[in-house]
Parts: sequence; structure tokens; C-alpha cells
Amino acid sequence: MMRISYRTAAIIRLLVHVSACLPLIWLFLAVNSGQAGGDPVQYIIHFLGKGALNLLVLTLLITPIARGWKQGQLMQLRRPLGLWSFAYACCHLAAFISLDLLFAWQLVGEEIVKRPYLLVGATVWLILLALAVTSFKAAQRRMGKRWQQLHNLVYLAIVLGGIHYYWSVKSEIIEPSIYLGIILLLLLFRAKIYKHKWRHFFVWR
Amino acid sequence: MAHGKFTKGIVKRPSWHISDNEVTPQAVFSSRRKIIKTLGLGSIAASLPGYVQAGIFDLFGEDKPDFVTSKLTFTANQAFQASDEKTPYSKVIRHNNFYEFGTGKQDPYVNAQQFKVNPWQLNITGMVDKPVQLDYDALFSQLPLEQRTYRFRCVEAWSMVIPWVGFPLASLLKLAGVQSSAKYVAFETLFDPEQMPGQRNRLMGGGIHYPYVEGLRLDEAMNELAFVAVGLYDQTLSPQSGAPVRIVLPWKYGFKSIKSIVNIRLLDKQPPTSWNQLAAHEYGFYANVNPQVDHPRWSQASERLIGAGGLLSAQRIDTQMFNGYGEQVADLYRGMDLRKFY
Repeated sequence: MMRISYRTAAIIRLLVHVSACLPLIWLFLAVNSGQAGGDPVQYIIHFLGKGALNLLVLTLLITPIARGWKQGQLMQLRRPLGLWSFAYACCHLAAFISLDLLFAWQLVGEEIVKRPYLLVGATVWLILLALAVTSFKAAQRRMGKRWQQLHNLVYLAIVLGGIHYYWSVKSEIIEPSIYLGIILLLLLFRAKIYKHKWRHFFVWR
Repeated sequence: MAHGKFTKGIVKRPSWHISDNEVTPQAVFSSRRKIIKTLGLGSIAASLPGYVQAGIFDLFGEDKPDFVTSKLTFTANQAFQASDEKTPYSKVIRHNNFYEFGTGKQDPYVNAQQFKVNPWQLNITGMVDKPVQLDYDALFSQLPLEQRTYRFRCVEAWSMVIPWVGFPLASLLKLAGVQSSAKYVAFETLFDPEQMPGQRNRLMGGGIHYPYVEGLRLDEAMNELAFVAVGLYDQTLSPQSGAPVRIVLPWKYGFKSIKSIVNIRLLDKQPPTSWNQLAAHEYGFYANVNPQVDHPRWSQASERLIGAGGLLSAQRIDTQMFNGYGEQVADLYRGMDLRKFY
């Protein structure tokens, strides 16, 4: 296969931004026109949470795709996808606090501490926050080796994200189970790639 | 709204009557449903919701019309009128938990419009003097219809204020003559996978064991609050609200108020109940509204009241013990540890 040109990569990047935007526009229209149900609060929260998880899965899919097709240019897509995932996670959290708990801040605090699935969700958000604020080239340069160590937390984030979803549903566990399966596959792929590196990591330290 | 045959007797228009122009017209709902389906198909973001699967074929054919409800004749029971502002009809019928038609809140509205409620048969059997069978028409004519406005508190910590039309459960059970050996009442929803997509598709039905079953202790069932609803606002129930006949228990979490029932059995043993079977540590047999006993995954101390306004005008109110109906039902549970019997 031919290598993707710089121009094509730029177009793909633009497409990523547009496609990540579209569901938000759809959500806005659906809620405003009443298509999201008589009381769309749960719909909005789930839609945004699932959006964040979908984008995180896509982010981690880039590496296997880029390797499989030998298209290193694609690796650049991880940053916009990851940032979009963080944006969705922010909206998800904001919707929970504003629309469901209606800014009852004490309740927000109590719930996050008391409910394991919320604590897990909050942890994911904090990880994504840390990754987002250090996603710039300058931060990468300044942090050196520690940048990669920090950004390896994305694996923890996606696992916890899947658990958060699984834990949050009342009984509809099939869908979150599928997500957990996909996440596991993504991690297994990494385990294969990094097997060699892991060994180095442990032996040489 | 189509006006049906239930117009015998005197039509009383109580002061709280909602005029037709406050209720969204049927035609608007029909077109909305069409848009939901069209957009649902094109939506790539949320993974496949139930209504996409159900609507995918309808999209290419004629859009079937919405379920047609009929006007009911009834008197308002002034002893049971919650003073709170009522949740608008359009929200009551478009925000439902009825997993037989999908687990999303608007799935039942989208998927239940072709549900057939006539013919229907409701059987009352078990430890009774004479088993009773009520057909569709008898549901509306056997007992005098009254209207009650109850607060409705979902276990998911949202609530509504809903005017129901129906009759006391106790009056219904008395038709059959409850024997003294009976200690419990078991209820069962219709099992009809052809009509209820959630019953034939696990992904849509949320993993519940169908048919959905519920139960009460006999003294709970005989309590004056326990109600059998055949109508909502001033008309027959929509399928998503449990047509043609459902139970309403305002002091318990909503999942106890079983919908579209076909069987009522009087028993001497506690019957199994669906959510308790699925997750016993989360949902008890009693399921009384209790702000002091949290669900393992969320607080029950407060609730989001779904009122008339838009998204941002909603309010979070403190949840009351027995949903505010302690005066009528607290005696039923005297001496019981309600943390243990949640």
C-alpha cells in the first residue's frame, strides 16, 4: 500500500474533527426537538459517556491500524481523538452534575466518594485531564521520558472506563460486556508488541 | 385524540381537568416518531438503541399510526389528590421503564404503538372463593372508575406526579373473594414475544426473566392506596404506560407498579419478583420508598422531579419516607427493620 501523503493525513485529521463534532450537533437537535424522549437527562448522559468511550477505543485502535497498514502518519490522529474523548468526558460529567444532580454540590461530592462506579468514572476523567494538559509538543519535550510513562495511563483509563460503564447499568450488561471484550483485545495487541520492551524494562532496571 | 366508546354515564369535568390543547396532539406524536426512526438510523454515535432495530424495516414502509386511546368517564376521588404540579401528559407517556419494549426511556413510546390490548383477559385465581375473569370491556365497567393523583417515585431517583384513572385493588380482589389462607398476591405481565420485542431479544429486554412478575403481602394489597389503573389523565392507558391494566403503588418504587397484567394469584407464600430475582442486593421484595436506605449505586435521599418545565428548570427535592404516604401505610411495617426488608 502507498504511504499516505501529508495532504491526505491533513484531510483525515479534518474528518476526525468533523465526525467527532457531528454527534454533539445531533444530540443538541434531538434534545431540542423532543426526539431524545420526554425527559432526556439519562439519554444525554449515556450518549456523552458512550461517546467518550467510543472515542477512547478509536484512539487506541490507531496504533494497530497504523502498524498493520504500515501508515505511520496515522499515529498523529491519536491526539485529536484523545482530546475529543476528553471533551466528551467533560460534557458527560457536566451533564451528570447539572442535569441529574442539579448542582447539589454536596450530593456530587458524597456520591463520587460513596459509589465505586462514580469513583472509577472520576478517576478516568482525572487521567484524561492529565493527558489532555500534557498533550502539547512543548510538554512532551519538557517531560522527556516521563511523558510516555504518564501517557501509558491511557490503558488504565480505558479499562476503568469500561468498568464504569458496566457498573453503571441496571441490568443491560450485554453492551458493556462487548465494550470490555474490545478493550481487552486492544490491550492484548499491545501486550504482544511490547513483550520485548517489557522484558527490557524489568531486566535492565 | 380519538374518542372511543367509554362515554356512558355522566361526564364530569373536574376543576383539574386538562384541556385538549395542553396535550400534544396525536398527529404531532406520529410525525415525531417518524423523525426518531429516520434520525435513529443515521445516528452513528450511541451504539444501536432498541428503536433502531425495531424501526429499521418500518422506515422503508408506511409509518404505522400511533396507538389510539379513548376518553374515560370517572369521578375524582378528592381524598387522593397530590397537591404538586402534575407532570405533563406528553412527558408521562414518553419517559417509561417498560423493558418489554426496550430499555431506553423512550423505547416503549417508540416500540409499543402497535400493541394490541383488545381482546384482553385478566384472571384472578389461587386462594379465592370464585376465580374471576375480566375481559377488555369489563376492565372499564365492572367497578366504578375514579381518578387519583399520586406521586410516582422511580428507584432511579426521578419522580413524576400522575393522575390515574381506575379502582382500588382491594375492590378488585373482593370480586373474587379472598380466602383466609391467602397471605400474598402475585401479579404477572403478559408474555407475548411476538408483540414485545424485549421478550424475544435479550439485548433489548435488558436480561430480565420474562414474564415480569411482582408481588405484595395481602395487607399491602388491601391498603386503600393500592390502585388498579386503566387510565391516565382522562383517557385509557397507552401501551407504554401499561395498557390496558396495571397496578399503581405510590409508596413503593416504580418497578413494583407492574404493567399490562394478565394474572393475579392469591397465595400463601411470598411470590418471586422480577428485579429481586435479577439483583437481590439492589432490589428487595418490599421496595418501599425510603430516603434512609440508599440503592448501592445511588442515593435515595433526594429525587429529580420531572415537572412541566424544560431541562434546566427541573428541581431536586428531598425524598419522603414512603414517598409521603406514611400516614396510610407506615402501620403495615411497624416493628420491621426496613434496612433489612428494603
